Amino acid sequence: MTAWYPGPAPGVLLRADRVRGVDLLLLPERVVVLEGAAGEVLRLCDGTRDVPRIVRELTARHPGAPVATEVPAFLDRVRKEGWLR
Amino acid sequence: MTAPPAPVPPPWALLAELTHACPLHCTYCSNPVELTRRSRELTLAQWQDTFRQAADLGVVSAHLSGGEPLLRQDLAEIVAAADGAGIHTQLITSGVGLDRDRLARLTDAGLRSVQLSVQHADPADGDRIAGHRAHAAKERAAALVTGAGLPLGLNVVLHRHNLGALDALIGLAPAWGADRIELANTQFYGWAFLNKAELLPTRAQLAEAEATVRRRRQQLDGRVEIIWVVPDHFEGTAKPCMGGWGAVSLTVTPDGTVLPCPAAAAIPGLDPPNIRDHPLRRIWEHSAAFTRYRGTAWMQDPCRSCALRERDFGGCRCQAYALTGDAAATDPACRHSPHHTVIRDLVDAPAPPPQALGRPRRPGHPSRRVETP
Repeated sequence: MTAWYPGPAPGVLLRADRVRGVDLLLLPERVVVLEGAAGEVLRLCDGTRDVPRIVRELTARHPGAPVATEVPAFLDRVRKEGWLR
Repeated sequence: MTAPPAPVPPPWALLAELTHACPLHCTYCSNPVELTRRSRELTLAQWQDTFRQAADLGVVSAHLSGGEPLLRQDLAEIVAAADGAGIHTQLITSGVGLDRDRLARLTDAGLRSVQLSVQHADPADGDRIAGHRAHAAKERAAALVTGAGLPLGLNVVLHRHNLGALDALIGLAPAWGADRIELANTQFYGWAFLNKAELLPTRAQLAEAEATVRRRRQQLDGRVEIIWVVPDHFEGTAKPCMGGWGAVSLTVTPDGTVLPCPAAAAIPGLDPPNIRDHPLRRIWEHSAAFTRYRGTAWMQDPCRSCALRERDFGGCRCQAYALTGDAAATDPACRHSPHHTVIRDLVDAPAPPPQALGRPRRPGHPSRRVETP
């Protein structure tokens, strides 16, 4: 299996909503309000980083957080939704 | 009572009706019977300003619709203005007039997805419903969109003349590369209201259609999302129209009129404001048109004391007006409405023979009024 470099699926846009002060995923017929660190994680999914690198960068930013156990599973869930590819 | 009013939550979405002109002349068209002339349309600069204001207000998503938005030669510039303001754009089109160059200009400008209307699975039947030879152009448009890597959705307005082909209509989605198909039972506004008797399906047709949707959802699970827009005339429940009046989205019509929903211009005395005259924020937060049915304080019984009032918002104001003469009445689609028999009589009436209906009335050129049957 080749390495996965997560990036937004076609038509999917990650945006900081300056009016509501939240991160959003904008989809063709849907707006997803991102909670907690989801926006920060997805912002690293720009197609240039593989999953281990995303985990390394987040771990460096948040030492002690359960990044290695939670982030890969989160990315898989988002891919299953069709929002990442 | 001098408590300061609660702040009005900002809108999420904008429906931009860029023009009422359209090569298609569908009898189910929900546009107003008095279409806006092209000379009255907003200019590019006015649309650019509208999207800037909308983004500042909180809009994050726009449907670029019509009529046929491709008839605006400055469509790419309009897309660029919306995208530049941070708004996700989807083009709602008949597909007529879309070619490779046009699509490339739109995607370069930031267009994110396309929704293509389809009238029927059979080309000849589709062309007859649309009043235009459009079906082949739609199939070509679908191939262009998927070829460009954009998500494609199909939308089908369902009525008596195409419900029987629902299975094949759903089959168009995987065949054309769409990841979504929206099956919307006709909503009776504008031209569709004029043609109601000709369009209303039978209960048997709808029951079969619902079974088809269930079966196809299982088959296409994970490949195509099937949206079934419930036919409120048949369910005895009011639809939560627009997610509430002035709650989620707003519509800007070709001439700049700003409405809480695309059909609201039909409500008398609403006096909808125009983007040429007022800032969008003031229109959304304070105009009489947007505050009139916002929340629940305007409701009469049975809505006022109903547990569903925060879920269905009393249904549709335009339908309440069209069927009862009072836009603040409970939507007659609801079984609790004192006027519910109006709906029941309509759907339970035996289908009139075709020759009794006269010719359906079709939206023509925007400068023309209603065609006489």
